[in-house]
Parts: sequence; C-alpha cells; structure tokens
Amino acid sequence: MFTDPERSLPRCIRRMPAPALVLLTATVLTAAAAESAVRPPAPSLERPASAEKAPSADGFIQRWLILEPIRSNTALTDNAVRETVRREYFPNQFSVIPRDGDKVTVGGEALTWHAVDTKAYNVNLYHFAYARNKPTSFVLFWAVTIVHCPEERRDVRLAIGSNAASVWWVNGQEVIGLYGDRQTVIDDGVSRRLTLKKGANIVRCAVINAGGATDFCARFLDAQEKPLQGFTSSVSADTR
Amino acid sequence: MKPIPLIAVLLPLALPAFALDGQIQIHDPSTIVRCDGKFYTYGTGGTTLVSEDGWTWTRGAAPPRRGMAPDVIRLGDRYCLYVARNIGAQPRADINLIWSKSLDTNSPDYKWEEAGVVAASDGVEDCNAIDPGLLLDPTDGRLWLVYGSYFGFIRLVELDPKTGQRLHPDSQPVNLAINCEAAVILYHDGWYYLLATHGSCCRGAESGYNIRMGRARKVTGPYLDHTGLGMLQGGGKLFLGSSSRRIGPGHFGWLDLGDGVQKFSCHYEADLDRGGASVLDIRPLLWRDGWPVAGDNLKEGTFQIESARTGTVLELAVEGVPVGGARPRRGGPPGAGGLGGPGGPAARVPGGAAGGGIFGGTGRGPIPPQDVAQVSTNWPVGNVDVRLANYLDQAQQKWAITAVTNAGGYPGSPYFKIAIAGTDRVLAATEDAELVTLPAFTGGPEQLWRIEQLTDGAYRLVTQAGPKTKEPLALSAIGSSSATLARFNPDSDKQRWHLKAP
Repeated sequence: MFTDPERSLPRCIRRMPAPALVLLTATVLTAAAAESAVRPPAPSLERPASAEKAPSADGFIQRWLILEPIRSNTALTDNAVRETVRREYFPNQFSVIPRDGDKVTVGGEALTWHAVDTKAYNVNLYHFAYARNKPTSFVLFWAVTIVHCPEERRDVRLAIGSNAASVWWVNGQEVIGLYGDRQTVIDDGVSRRLTLKKGANIVRCAVINAGGATDFCARFLDAQEKPLQGFTSSVSADTR
Repeated sequence: MKPIPLIAVLLPLALPAFALDGQIQIHDPSTIVRCDGKFYTYGTGGTTLVSEDGWTWTRGAAPPRRGMAPDVIRLGDRYCLYVARNIGAQPRADINLIWSKSLDTNSPDYKWEEAGVVAASDGVEDCNAIDPGLLLDPTDGRLWLVYGSYFGFIRLVELDPKTGQRLHPDSQPVNLAINCEAAVILYHDGWYYLLATHGSCCRGAESGYNIRMGRARKVTGPYLDHTGLGMLQGGGKLFLGSSSRRIGPGHFGWLDLGDGVQKFSCHYEADLDRGGASVLDIRPLLWRDGWPVAGDNLKEGTFQIESARTGTVLELAVEGVPVGGARPRRGGPPGAGGLGGPGGPAARVPGGAAGGGIFGGTGRGPIPPQDVAQVSTNWPVGNVDVRLANYLDQAQQKWAITAVTNAGGYPGSPYFKIAIAGTDRVLAATEDAELVTLPAFTGGPEQLWRIEQLTDGAYRLVTQAGPKTKEPLALSAIGSSSATLARFNPDSDKQRWHLKAP
C-alpha cells in the first residue's frame, strides 16, 4: 500500500519544534546509515531446512522462491497491472522453476532468487527486501512454489491475499487477479474451482507494491471451502 | 372471522407486479401446506388454491366440508383439515376434522374421511368455536388447537398428534386471549407466539383487520405483548397492519421453507390493485429482538449487492472509473498515471481554493451519477467475470433487478433477472457453477434468480439451476474480492447479501 510520508509521522513529531526536529532527524539518519550497512535477517523468514514443507494448520503455503524486487512505478489499476505483469523481465518468467541462488538480469540489475520459509501465515515481502538492502516501494516481486499432491485433487481453489495488487497462476493458467491499492486479507481473491494434478503443481505470483508494507498469503481450499491439507510445498519440482 | 354470506364472487383480477400470480382470491386462508411438491391453502366457503411453485396459483377442488376459515396440518401420512361451521345463532359453532392421505385430486390417496368434532361452543359460553389454528409443538410433539372469534376468548385444547382428534374432551379449554380471531401459535427459540387478528373483517377497503401478537414461555400462556400487557386483557404487539394499497391483513399462517427461510401467508381484506378483492399473499418472515417481523417481497429497482460476510459489493470485473473523474493523490507513487489525472499543482494543496486540493472536491457542486453509457464503452464485449469490491458508486457496481414475466417463481415472488443497470449484461451461472455476466438476457434458467429475504433481513440470491449441478445454488462470497455459487448454508454468512439502494 502507499503511505503518505507526512501523515505517517506520529502527531507528536509533526508538532515538534523545528530545532528538536532537526536533532531528531540527525539522530534517525545516523541510525539509518548504520542500519543500511548491515541489516539483520528478515525476522519472519528463514532458509528452508528440509526438502518439503507441509502447509500450516490453516493451510497456508509457507515455502517460496522469491526473486529480489524489480523496480516498477506502475499504477495499480486493472489494466496497468495486467500490462506490467505481461511484460517480459527475464526469460521464461511464466514457466521457469528457478533454483535457490539463480540470478536473472532485469534492466541491467542482477537479481537473485531466494528460497524462504515464512514463520507466519503470510510472506512478508517487506522483510524479504529490506533484509537484502533492496527497495520495498514501487516494486514488482515474483514468487514461485511447487505444490506436490500425492493424488489428484479436484474442485479446489487457490485463495490468496496480497499487498498490493497481484496476479496468480497455477500450472501456467492465470487464476486470480487482484488490483488496486490493497492490504493483505486472508482469502481475498479466490480462484474458480481447479484441479491439482498428482505430483508437482506450479504456483506462481507477481505482487506489485506502491509503497509501505508488502506481503502475500496463499492457501488452497477444498471443495467444502476448508483449508486444503495433505500436500507439501518445495522449491524444486524434482522432490519426488 | 365474522359471519358472512358464503358466496364466491369471482372478480376479473388485474395482475400487478409483486402480488402473487394467477387466481389468488381467497378469504381466511389456512396455513399453506405442501403435498407431493405442490402448495395448497384452504379458505372460507370451500375455496382451495393450488400452486406448483408458490407463485402462480389456480383454484383447486373444494373439500367436502365447506365451512369457515379452515386450517390444515400434516400428521404422519395424513393431511388433517379442520373446518368450522355455525350450528345455530352465533356463537354456537363447532370445528370438524376431515383428513386425506393426499391433497392432490389426481392421487389415488385423495379421499377425505370424516373424523368428528374437536371443539365446540354452545352459544352461551364466552367463546365462538371457529377459526381453528394448529401447532405441532417441535419441542415435545404435542398437538394443540387454538380457536375462537371475538365472542369472548381464544381457547386452547390438546389434540392427539396421531389422529388429530381431541385429547381429553372433558378437560376445560385454556383461555389465551380475548377480542380477536384467526389465532395461531408459532414456536421459535424458546418462546410460543400467539398471533391473532384484531379489527373488523369482511368490509372490503373499510376493514380494520390487523395481525397482533404476544408471546409466552409455555404454550398455555400467559401471552404478553411487548409492553407486558396480556392478550387476555386485549394486548397485542402489531405484526402487520394495512399498508400501501393492501388493506386489512389477517389470518397469519407460518410457512417454513427450510434452510432458514421462513415465510408467512395472510389475506388482505382488500387489495386495491385487484379491485378491492380479498387475496392471498406470501411474505418473508423475519425475526428481530425476539419477535417476528413481517418482511416485504423484493421490489424491482437498482441495488448495490453487498456481501454480509465481506462488506464488499458485487461488480462487473472491469476497471472502474472514479465518479467525478480521476484526481491526483498527494504524494502518490511516481508515474501513477492511472491513479492520477487532471489537476495541476494547486490541486495537490490541502484546503486549497474551491475546486482544488485533495480534500476540496471539484468545487462544482454535486457530482452527477456516473453515466453507464459513457464508462461502459471501455468494457469488454461478450462474457465478463464478476468479483467483489469496495463500493464506490461506479456503474459496474449497480444492478437492476427486474421481475421476469411468465417464468414462474417461488412462494411470494417471481423470478428475477439481475443486470448491470443501464445495460443488457445479466448475471448468470456457468456450467461449472461459477458466475459470469452475459451480454444479453435470453431467458435461460441460469439467468433466473430467486431472491428471498432471510429471517435476519439479509437476502439470498439463488439460481434456478446450474447447467451441470441440477440443484439450486446461491450467490456466495467465497472471498473478500471473489464470488461463486454454492449450496445455500443457513449457518453461514457467505450467502447472505444486503440489497441497498445506491
């Protein structure tokens, strides 16, 4: 979402006398400079420690491959988002299953895919980017996960929330588009009924953020609209 | 009811929208009962009305007893019809039971049997034994009969739930109310509700009929109204009085359609749109603060369709155009042309000159409603998806709901079509039980919607049938921004919708 920089300041700071504000600003800038040198790891994310990961108790997929953010000043309207995500940024962007550490070059900038597990129901892209000294505002994130099903699952739905706009694909088919400046709400966008095939299924998303916090969450719902269980996610289609 | 000549007068009836269709003239209709998929109600003088769908009614065969203000109830494999008659000068009357295993005259089981008198008044006591009303108590299976009309008390006696005949015929009836008639008892959530009709009947547009009620924790009373006044002292909270051009409602009948959908039937002493005839109506029954409330069947109009679950509204999945035109956001993302629009630097000044600034509006007075003809030029042709979104008064969020003639209906209403207002784009079910808008209405069942008010005042919107599913499916908010079709679940708010005037 976009946050007005001025209004995001606490009221007490906005009303602070000018000399005090100068002092405060200097202190903050000094601290910020120190922070920018070495940033702590993303508090909500960790490197995968196993080959596969079951969904959370609420069905959320917690393992993803995420590409470092691509700078993007696009508006968040329907047509602008569609146009943005259809643009080619790197080879085979709608079909590639990257490996952890793979690099692509976008606009002359080398970007790396990272495998992450989220400790929460959502994947905090702000944490992801900030920890890597990457921009968090006016950016486009690509994320991929591989969902392994021991058997075919019919009439399931992908259910996602995103901050901000996002487009989602399952096995190459676009299934959800959420547009506009928005916050992540569980099961905000829900796909039509679809079939997860036995074996590997590729879930891919593009999330566009304007400013401020950015994250997403995703799970599957079964035919009774309950969180789907009984599958695993991994960062490799070759797990099985 | 009061004594009237039992002369059936058939009037040529006009058919205004949103009254039941077909032949619906009746006085003192019984509770509506279903038999082999059809709806039946019985009125004074042997009037029988039958309907396949609860919307279009025809006259049926009169039962062998043609008395006053019958009531009917199903007990096991029997349909028990209780019919009152005067057996001398009022208030000397009795109530007779006849029963049949079917109400369908084409059934081999259609055969009425006499089962005798279940209640009577001797002409001296403070009671007039007419206007029977039945309650099969869902808490214990006991069967109760209330009866009476103005001469003294509304009374309660117990019947045998197996035979429908009187239990303990020598026991003294219990007095429940005075100075009313057409009583019936309804059980709901730990309370018994006595609904009875006050006022004068049988005077056409001058009739003062109105339905009032009290409630009690025991079926035997005491029934008190909302002020604490007992119905034995003349109390009664108004349930339904005359309104609009429908004068003198009376003879409440409870109709439980299941899935949490409740309705009630009544007659109006005079429907002014039907020449002042006494006609049947079926309306939604709502519950509020522990009391039943008379709902209204949906009227045509333009609505925002808001999910009770998510608070978002149904819209055509097209890029919206801000009402009044796009304006820039202060500090908005660089290059966010789609969010911005006309407006120079002055427009970014809070509290700027009239017509400027982010909080100053246009400075040109009221912003006219969005012209759908204008904004829809950018909409895709053909089928377009629907979704849910925050309401912004945009054209793709306004739905015109109109009745479809000659397409049948359901108890109380015809089927409706739901179209983006000002366009032909109609909401429809897809073959795989999802939602889509079609470019034009063709009358297919997947484009017909049953819109019913639920007991909490919200609505459910149900398709006639999905092409593959073969069962009615309800509009369902599966996500904050996503809608689908699903089997109606009365315990969920996913399929509950508020219809608001935009």
